[in-house]
Amino acid sequence: MNKFELTRFAFIKAALKNRFPQLALIVLFLVGFLFAIMAGILGTPVGNRNFSIVFVWIAWWAVLILVVVPFFGRGWCAVCPIPVVGDWLQRGAVLEPASKKNKWLNLRVPAKFRNMWLQNLSFILVALFSSVILTTPSVTSAVLATLLFLGIGLSMVFERRAFCRYLCPVGGFIGLYAQTSPTELRIKDKKLCAKCSDKPCYNGSQRGAGCPWDVFPGGLTKNTYCGLCLECIRTCPYDNIAVNLRPFSADLEKPSGRLDEAFKAFIMLGAAMVYAYVFMGSNGIVKLAAYQVFTPAWFTYAAGFLALLLLLLPGSFWLAVKIGNVSLPVSGKRFATASTALIPLGLMFWVAFSLSFVLTNATYILAVISDPLGLGWNLFATASIAWQPMLSALVTPTQTLVLVGGLIWSVRTAQKTAPQVGVSAIPVAAYCLAASLLMLRLLI
Amino acid sequence: MKLKKHQVFLFGLALLAGMVAFAPMSYAGNSQPTVRTFRIEASQFAFDPGEISVNPGDTVQIELVSKDVVHGLYVDNYGISVTADPGQTAKLTFVADKAGSFRMRCNVTCGAMHPFMLGKLNVGSNIRLYRSFGMAFIGILASFVFFYTERGKQKI
Repeated sequence: MNKFELTRFAFIKAALKNRFPQLALIVLFLVGFLFAIMAGILGTPVGNRNFSIVFVWIAWWAVLILVVVPFFGRGWCAVCPIPVVGDWLQRGAVLEPASKKNKWLNLRVPAKFRNMWLQNLSFILVALFSSVILTTPSVTSAVLATLLFLGIGLSMVFERRAFCRYLCPVGGFIGLYAQTSPTELRIKDKKLCAKCSDKPCYNGSQRGAGCPWDVFPGGLTKNTYCGLCLECIRTCPYDNIAVNLRPFSADLEKPSGRLDEAFKAFIMLGAAMVYAYVFMGSNGIVKLAAYQVFTPAWFTYAAGFLALLLLLLPGSFWLAVKIGNVSLPVSGKRFATASTALIPLGLMFWVAFSLSFVLTNATYILAVISDPLGLGWNLFATASIAWQPMLSALVTPTQTLVLVGGLIWSVRTAQKTAPQVGVSAIPVAAYCLAASLLMLRLLI
Repeated sequence: MKLKKHQVFLFGLALLAGMVAFAPMSYAGNSQPTVRTFRIEASQFAFDPGEISVNPGDTVQIELVSKDVVHGLYVDNYGISVTADPGQTAKLTFVADKAGSFRMRCNVTCGAMHPFMLGKLNVGSNIRLYRSFGMAFIGILASFVFFYTERGKQKI
């Protein structure tokens, strides 16, 4: 496999080893994050005039799903402000490594929770209420504040970044889709890791903290659980950690075969389809049902949402796997391995869906920069810029290319992964085709 | 740097797909242009009817009636809009001279779900959707032809 080591360039390595550039970004985003919480509480309740909605769900989301995840995988996690306060408290320091004596409970997360199931649950919870969260500043504030306090609270109870690794609703799907990104952090030479007795990359040293993501870099083969915190680059005494460029979806060639990750793929695929129908469709009844939470209509919507994500999509995929080899039982491993094809498909569904509303609503960003709380300010003389969809003539053709490209990518992935568990790629490809045609119908 | 055969194939496929996706929609219609009038009721957060269809070249007259708060109607790609006050009717007239399927959006902040208050204007058939279906089928077929060709070579 072709790899190109980016850290061979002295300036890149220096920038990654130095904590200050990363810290500067984290502090910047932390300020923005806290401001978003405040804006949601104190600012206008009109979502498209409030910093919390416009900067979180339009600006941040656009950068995350259209740029960072596809090209840098967990790049966002490297600078995410949510766990940082908990991290500082846990270590008792901002930049220095942790002292030997634990300040808090420092418990290990129970083994039954060390997987993606809780992240699946937290994403579903957020997704069920997304119509309200995405449009109501005070609710966005509440969600952001909850995530911040959960991050802090879990850092006090559990070791390392339990929140990021096992609970964050965003971190789960970023990790899943990070497998497709053309960047990775890996060791250079396994022999050096084998002879390293202290394993400072995992245990920490005077040079820095042990891996906050509970990953031993020497055994890292996938991007899924590496949060790109870069501590191992700083702590490795042998300079044995590299950041590489590599082909897209390199991690998918050897699937993990885990059911929690497989269900994450179904949840993300289904959520993108539901969102495309609810948010980009013209059915007002469904929009209202999704928005009026805890009403009978919402419960019906929620039941449909859950049935699609957790029963219909996995159930029909089970059938596809069965057709792929009728003589073999559909074990969890076989089912999960075959579902690897849904990872690039889901990512492209999200890119296509996001293009619909990000470009349409991007002009709100200019207005909100000047008047972040919707109080009539005009800080940069852009407050009165009228709403105008951007590049609307290009949106549909681009979505077409993204969805068709995603289909071909997923079929290529199926051709490589399904045969590994004795399943024909053809029914898996047919499943991907059916999902893609439906998504094309919903968006175009 | 010499490109491998499959890279040339993929590049060619991507180029072709790009040309098909961005190719302009054909305007030729086989029906006589007429005047089409629609009464669209706008209320939080939907247009009723949510989807209207006309033939290319038709003159479209939209009577937008707001049932609750102030609503607008903006037609993507046409860049035209109209605003209706509560209980009032506003009119928008234009010639449907661009073929395809276009979103209609409320362009006056009307409540929480305002950014997602959408409808659809179909001018002629949704050629772009059919094109995308065609691309999907061709893409999937090409990837299997490519897969079996590569596998055949490996066996040899």
